[in-house]
Amino acid sequence: MAAKRKTPVKTRNPDLIRGVGKYSRSKMYHKRGLWAIKAKNGGAFPRHDPKPKAPAAAEKPPKFYPAEDVKKPLLNKRKPKPTKLRASITPGTVLILLAGRFMGKRVVFLKQLTSGLLLVTGPFKINGVPLRRVNQSYVIATSTKVDISGVIVDKFDDKYFAKEVEKRKKKTEGEFFEAEKEDKKKLPEDKKEDQKAVDASLIKSIEGVPDLKAYLAARFSLKSGMKPHELVF
Amino acid sequence: MLDSGTGWRTGGRPEVDRWRLYVRGTILGYKRSKSNQYPNTSLIQIEGVTTKEEVAWYAGKRMAYIYKDKVKKNSSHYRCIWGKVTRPHGNSGVIRAKFKSNLPPKSMGDRVRVFMYPSNI
Repeated sequence: MAAKRKTPVKTRNPDLIRGVGKYSRSKMYHKRGLWAIKAKNGGAFPRHDPKPKAPAAAEKPPKFYPAEDVKKPLLNKRKPKPTKLRASITPGTVLILLAGRFMGKRVVFLKQLTSGLLLVTGPFKINGVPLRRVNQSYVIATSTKVDISGVIVDKFDDKYFAKEVEKRKKKTEGEFFEAEKEDKKKLPEDKKEDQKAVDASLIKSIEGVPDLKAYLAARFSLKSGMKPHELVF
Repeated sequence: MLDSGTGWRTGGRPEVDRWRLYVRGTILGYKRSKSNQYPNTSLIQIEGVTTKEEVAWYAGKRMAYIYKDKVKKNSSHYRCIWGKVTRPHGNSGVIRAKFKSNLPPKSMGDRVRVFMYPSNI
């Protein structure tokens, strides 16, 4: 095949009626430029001989044949795509978290990761929410937007949030009865640095907008008489 | 809705009195006809919802029936049955709901929490 085209070619022979093209065979020969291809190749259509195959290694007949035919499972070529992002969620949108440890917190959306989860930050200084992943379904998008142009988020992906694999130490009999040394899980310093780097430019743009800092610090809660189906977020 | 103050009380509780991110609902009973009832579907009245059209917002939202028991399970006296809003029931804002396991009959008249997730806003 020749080099692939970026856009599929519109058919050169539009249908007059289904099954009847506008142009005749000879006209189409001319339109497709087959005469030019032939001329380039000296009067005949270019022919590509199949490349000689490397001789296949001699295969030994298998020792074992299963009693009944073994079915091969069908190939799965499906490539999952990240969840479709709602139109209301754009980088810089203030989201309300609906569940989990930080429920009710108003938080800034940074980007969607390849797994489909949303990357989100408090900013940490304002409401205590660190860089975190959140599922789109557990979030309400408000119409408030924050200017996010100064923030670099390229280095964050799902692997950044993967749990650290702990090495299991083999215990001997004696150690079983000893008091377990519990290593306190400290947040590694580089993650703290990442948080500060992301938040620095965010906080600047937040402080530029009146009341936005207090808005992000406050939590959302349903009060008496509030009907979510009537609220405009 | 802006909080003044630090936002936290001593003891780690948030300053706001109510921290509700769910809508209150009342369990009315099971789906039923005059003399037969079908306990796999419950009828719930959500606060503030009075018409069939308003129920559309709540379709698919998850709900939890929370109750207490003497025996501690998972180190807590509180237990929960999860469910979701399936469809409206009638014209006046009552909804039908299906729970992971059927609601016990003692729950009739009790509170149910209708959460705002899975959200579509």
